[in-house]
Amino acid sequence: MTDSKYFTTTKKGEIFELKAELNSDKKEKKKEAVKKVIASMTVGKDVSALFPDVVNCMQTDNLELKKLVYLYLMNYAKSQPDMAIMAVNTFVKDCEDPNPLIRALAVRTMGCIRVDKITEYLCEPLRKCLKDEDPYVRKTAAVCVAKLHDINAQLVEDQGFLDTLKDLISDSNPMVVANAVAALSEIAESHPNSNLLDLNPQTINKLLTALNECTEWGQIFILDCLANYTPRDDRESQSICERVTPRLSHANSAVVLSAVKVLMKFMEMLPKDLDYYGTLLKKLAPPLVTLLSAEPELQYVALRNINLIVQRRPEILKHEMKVFFVKYNDPIYVKLEKLDIMIRLASQANIAQVLAELKEYATEVDVDFVRKAVRAIGRCAIKVEQSAERCVSTLLDLIQTKVNYVVQEAIVVIKDIFRKYPNKYESVIATLCENLDSLDEPEARAAMIWIVGEYAERIDNADELLESFLEGFHDESTQVQLQLLTAIVKLFLKKPTETQELVQQVLSLATQDSDNPDLRDRGYIYWRLLSTDPLICHIGTLASVYHKPPSAFVEGSRGVQHKRLPGSSQDTGSAAGVTEAPPAVIPSQGDLLGDLLNLDLTPPTTTGPPPPSSGMQMGAMDLLGGGLDSLVGFLHKISAAMPASFNAPVSGGLDDLFDLGGGVGLPMGAYTPPKTIWLPAMKAKGLEISGTFVRRAGVIQMEMTLTNKAMSVMTDFAIQFNRNSFGLAPAGPLQVLTPLSPNQSIEVALPLSTVGPVMKMEPLNNLQVAVKNNIDVFYFSCQYPISMLFVEDGKMERQVFLATWKDIPNDNESQFQIKDCHLNSDAASNKLQGSNIFTIAKRTVEGQDMLYQSMKLTNSIWVLAELRVQAGNPNYTVSTHEF
Amino acid sequence: MIHSLFLVNASGDIFLEKHWKSVVSRSVCDYFFEAQERATEPENVPPVIPTPHHYLISVLRHRIYFVAVIQSEVPPLFVIEFLHRVVDTFQDYFGVCTEAAIKDNVVVVYELLEEMLDNGFPLATESNILKELIKPPTILRTMVNTITGSTNVGEQLPTGQLSVVPWRRTGVKYTNNEAYFDVVEEIDAIIDKSGSTITAEIQGVIDACVKLTGMPDLTLSFMNPRLLDDVSFHPCVRFKRWEAERILSFIPPDGNFRLLSYHVSSQNLVAIPVYVKHNISFREGSSQGRFDLTLGPKQTMGKAVESVLVSSQLPRGVLNANLNPSQGTYTFDPVTKMLTWDVGKINPQKLPSLKGTMSLQAGASKPDENPTINIQLKIQQMAISGLKVNRLDMYGEKYKPFKGIKYMTKAGKFQVRT
Repeated sequence: MTDSKYFTTTKKGEIFELKAELNSDKKEKKKEAVKKVIASMTVGKDVSALFPDVVNCMQTDNLELKKLVYLYLMNYAKSQPDMAIMAVNTFVKDCEDPNPLIRALAVRTMGCIRVDKITEYLCEPLRKCLKDEDPYVRKTAAVCVAKLHDINAQLVEDQGFLDTLKDLISDSNPMVVANAVAALSEIAESHPNSNLLDLNPQTINKLLTALNECTEWGQIFILDCLANYTPRDDRESQSICERVTPRLSHANSAVVLSAVKVLMKFMEMLPKDLDYYGTLLKKLAPPLVTLLSAEPELQYVALRNINLIVQRRPEILKHEMKVFFVKYNDPIYVKLEKLDIMIRLASQANIAQVLAELKEYATEVDVDFVRKAVRAIGRCAIKVEQSAERCVSTLLDLIQTKVNYVVQEAIVVIKDIFRKYPNKYESVIATLCENLDSLDEPEARAAMIWIVGEYAERIDNADELLESFLEGFHDESTQVQLQLLTAIVKLFLKKPTETQELVQQVLSLATQDSDNPDLRDRGYIYWRLLSTDPLICHIGTLASVYHKPPSAFVEGSRGVQHKRLPGSSQDTGSAAGVTEAPPAVIPSQGDLLGDLLNLDLTPPTTTGPPPPSSGMQMGAMDLLGGGLDSLVGFLHKISAAMPASFNAPVSGGLDDLFDLGGGVGLPMGAYTPPKTIWLPAMKAKGLEISGTFVRRAGVIQMEMTLTNKAMSVMTDFAIQFNRNSFGLAPAGPLQVLTPLSPNQSIEVALPLSTVGPVMKMEPLNNLQVAVKNNIDVFYFSCQYPISMLFVEDGKMERQVFLATWKDIPNDNESQFQIKDCHLNSDAASNKLQGSNIFTIAKRTVEGQDMLYQSMKLTNSIWVLAELRVQAGNPNYTVSTHEF
Repeated sequence: MIHSLFLVNASGDIFLEKHWKSVVSRSVCDYFFEAQERATEPENVPPVIPTPHHYLISVLRHRIYFVAVIQSEVPPLFVIEFLHRVVDTFQDYFGVCTEAAIKDNVVVVYELLEEMLDNGFPLATESNILKELIKPPTILRTMVNTITGSTNVGEQLPTGQLSVVPWRRTGVKYTNNEAYFDVVEEIDAIIDKSGSTITAEIQGVIDACVKLTGMPDLTLSFMNPRLLDDVSFHPCVRFKRWEAERILSFIPPDGNFRLLSYHVSSQNLVAIPVYVKHNISFREGSSQGRFDLTLGPKQTMGKAVESVLVSSQLPRGVLNANLNPSQGTYTFDPVTKMLTWDVGKINPQKLPSLKGTMSLQAGASKPDENPTINIQLKIQQMAISGLKVNRLDMYGEKYKPFKGIKYMTKAGKFQVRT
């Protein structure tokens, strides 16, 4: 005979039948009827119509029947408030019953009847029960205060129940204490600012005593409450920790985790050199590991918490990596959490193991998990630098599997690796390009496009690749469109001549044919930058009225050609103007690159060593990276980009060096080329800069003459270099202290350092400079003589020289002739020494003087040279070796 | 705290609801159903689901989802532990925890839930106390109740409810006084392709069945207590004594209970009971694959390895498997691709093997995934960690109890990658 029989009477007159049974004289029949009613209620049937009949059964000696009626009352009192009043009398009577079970049951049930009218009657019985002699009744009454507070908070405060509840924290029975704490915590949650649980050392002591004796649930309440306490000093927090630690061995995982919470918090206060601190750390690991062998849902919550713990104190679990290894039949939510923690714990010590696991996971069946595993490999590479190479090769292996989603995911993370470690792993680009066609997810496409744009100079057909993406431009997602736009602009800067058409095409697609404001805006920004239309900078000045650049009408710019960009005369900078007549793109590469990379140019700081320019570059990189850059700690670790092709571009510098037209009488010292005009006034709104480079006493200086050829006074000068081959950067600010009046010139010497960021330039000794004044920012590029970079200690030991000379492969040798030089070998040697080119040895063979020379560049690259001088022949032959 | 509880069956019907505070509409479960639909497997439903006004915390047991509804900040483990306790109690009361059993006993279930939680705070969750408050249904008692009109509900305040030993009821009497302890260890391991252990750990428990009269006070000591450095105790164990002397001292609950569970981590040297030699391979362009598996005992201290069951999820491309077991029987389910081989006992003289071919769809490419082999086994009379009980003593009562200790090792999540 089972309760399922209560469900079988579902026919028409059911309620009527039940009514009759409830009013039966027979006790047994009544009880069965109430059971039927309850059964219907549990499955969500409406039996509220029976309210008066059920309540009539309430006055009984049968405890089970009473409980059943109470169950019914709790469910339906709200819908029948008037009827519910009928029950009040019985409740009040029951609260006086000699049996504590009945008293407790009555006060418990009353609190569950959420009817305002009843709560008024509840207060008196509740007050009595809170002071009942039986702890079972007291602990039930404590919870009842919380219930009542939920229904009518004001009433509870007015009746002073909160104070009574606070007194119960000092009760002699631990269960009463635990319930009082639980009730107070719940009430406090709805009053965030109230000071209900004001904890002091005395109450804490009471709680800790109760902690040892109460049930597991009570322990959770007390521990959670303890976690809110702030100990006065480290001794107090140590003593609390000591008393909480045994809870770590509790069978209930919630108790364990609450104890961990208390310990993690109070540990913050302990001095790290304390022995106890170390002991505590060791004690925390085992219980956390044990949580992971429990049921999956427990594991999930534990893992989420461990994730937080590991972020704060990775040392606790640093040796426990293996417990986070994924079992193939773990539920997916557990797998993903484990993966996350594995990455957090990854370090150089365990990275090999982790990578082997991740690679294993990448061949599993679950697509989500596989994707996350591939991402994890990328995160490992970024987190543990030493592992980057291994990660890249693992990713390449995965790409070879040709599983579509694995390939896409791998490409996304390889992009991140490229960003973190630029110029290190480009050798894999070819493999990536092979998989171009299989990419169908926007993120993977965008990543691939970024790679192509970033490394355009190493990908022969970069323009074709990007062009192929361009065909379906409007079907792509925004992410891909933005990336494509940026990549093509980058490509254009690197290969201006071949890609002009492509860049025009993408700019017009982005600005004219797109409805996406982000894309349009970025398109316009690039377009502006590339067109170098000066007028946009002059809104609100005279120039905007004349629609001519200031140099065109400003006095002092005589002889300047009035050259303007096509379409600029009717362009006031409005978007409409641009779309009507797109300004032609001028491929003057140097200035443009400067423009793009130095968008947010700031004057260098006035004190200290060379300003850290990385911040500025990051801004620029962000622009180019399309804000996709999610990597933190963007480190520029560029291997010194000293190419093996040292010959052609530098020879100019060497020629200069040997251009000894002044004869033998010149004083010793480094050769200084004469000043040339770097920035004509017409290009810089009246500012003319001419200059040269000097090496004096081991310091490279840039000597400049600034001339104001405009009408207004110039102030606020600042200077900034773009990244260059040898890392040249201003070692201090540009010292132009007084304002530069019209037609005034000033000589400035700017000391340079060689510790700036490095990027290979074409030609090698090209330097792109931005100068700012109160009027505008101007860009120019100049070339510095390579001899400036030869350092004073470039004299090599004879033996070393000999050995090295032989060791250098012939491929690294280049030869050229210097013509029309009328010096004998000794004079030449002397002269060269002034420029830090040292003669190591001299040999005379068949009337030919052979000078063996060494020089060292600022980036520690040695150059060895052999200079052959034939007496009477004004032509020298130089062969240089460099390594 | 816990606001409401919904029980949901495998087909997504709510068959029971209980509210401890105000009534929460059933529609809140719609969020749960959405998550259920998204999950590929029933066990992949996330245990914590946020909804605009509530949180749903669920566990899946015996193909029933127990969904608790939470409205305020609550430790989720507290809720999950409580749900586990509900499941255990149902099982304890009805023998099984199934939808049918719950529906058959719906009034008792309702009474139990009411007794276990008050206003969302746990009230009585110890099975000893609950059984004093609400008597478990038995056929005899139902009959007696029907005839005499007495009830299932205890009229007295349970004695354990407020005492310092809340887990034990007073006045227990037995004619045969006996105490049995089972040391059961499960070994979890991941073995890689080449047969080396990636990770191996042991989850051990000591389950007890104590039927002793009065208030006995027991002590249990071990030959090698140092193994137990990561333990969780039943609340009855005196922690101080363990810390100081490594002796388990406790007043036991009446009946079945878990005395302690422990964990032997992968940092200790964990013995691996079996080895597997495998060759599961596919050739490019061929529609057949080779399957070759041999099992052998490894570190078993001379004990027999029994009830061995090997299962493996073969790649999706496999249509069928034609294999030949040297002993036992195997089945292959072509729908789920699950291969199971019931090996039985391993005879060290004649190692069991399973060899043959797998057929693939003609022209299909070689499967990418490598199947993982899952192994279940049992070893009687041995705890693989080497844990041994030294002695069991009883104080506080005069009689001489009968004592027994049993050891057993099982495979937990024992996985071999191929």
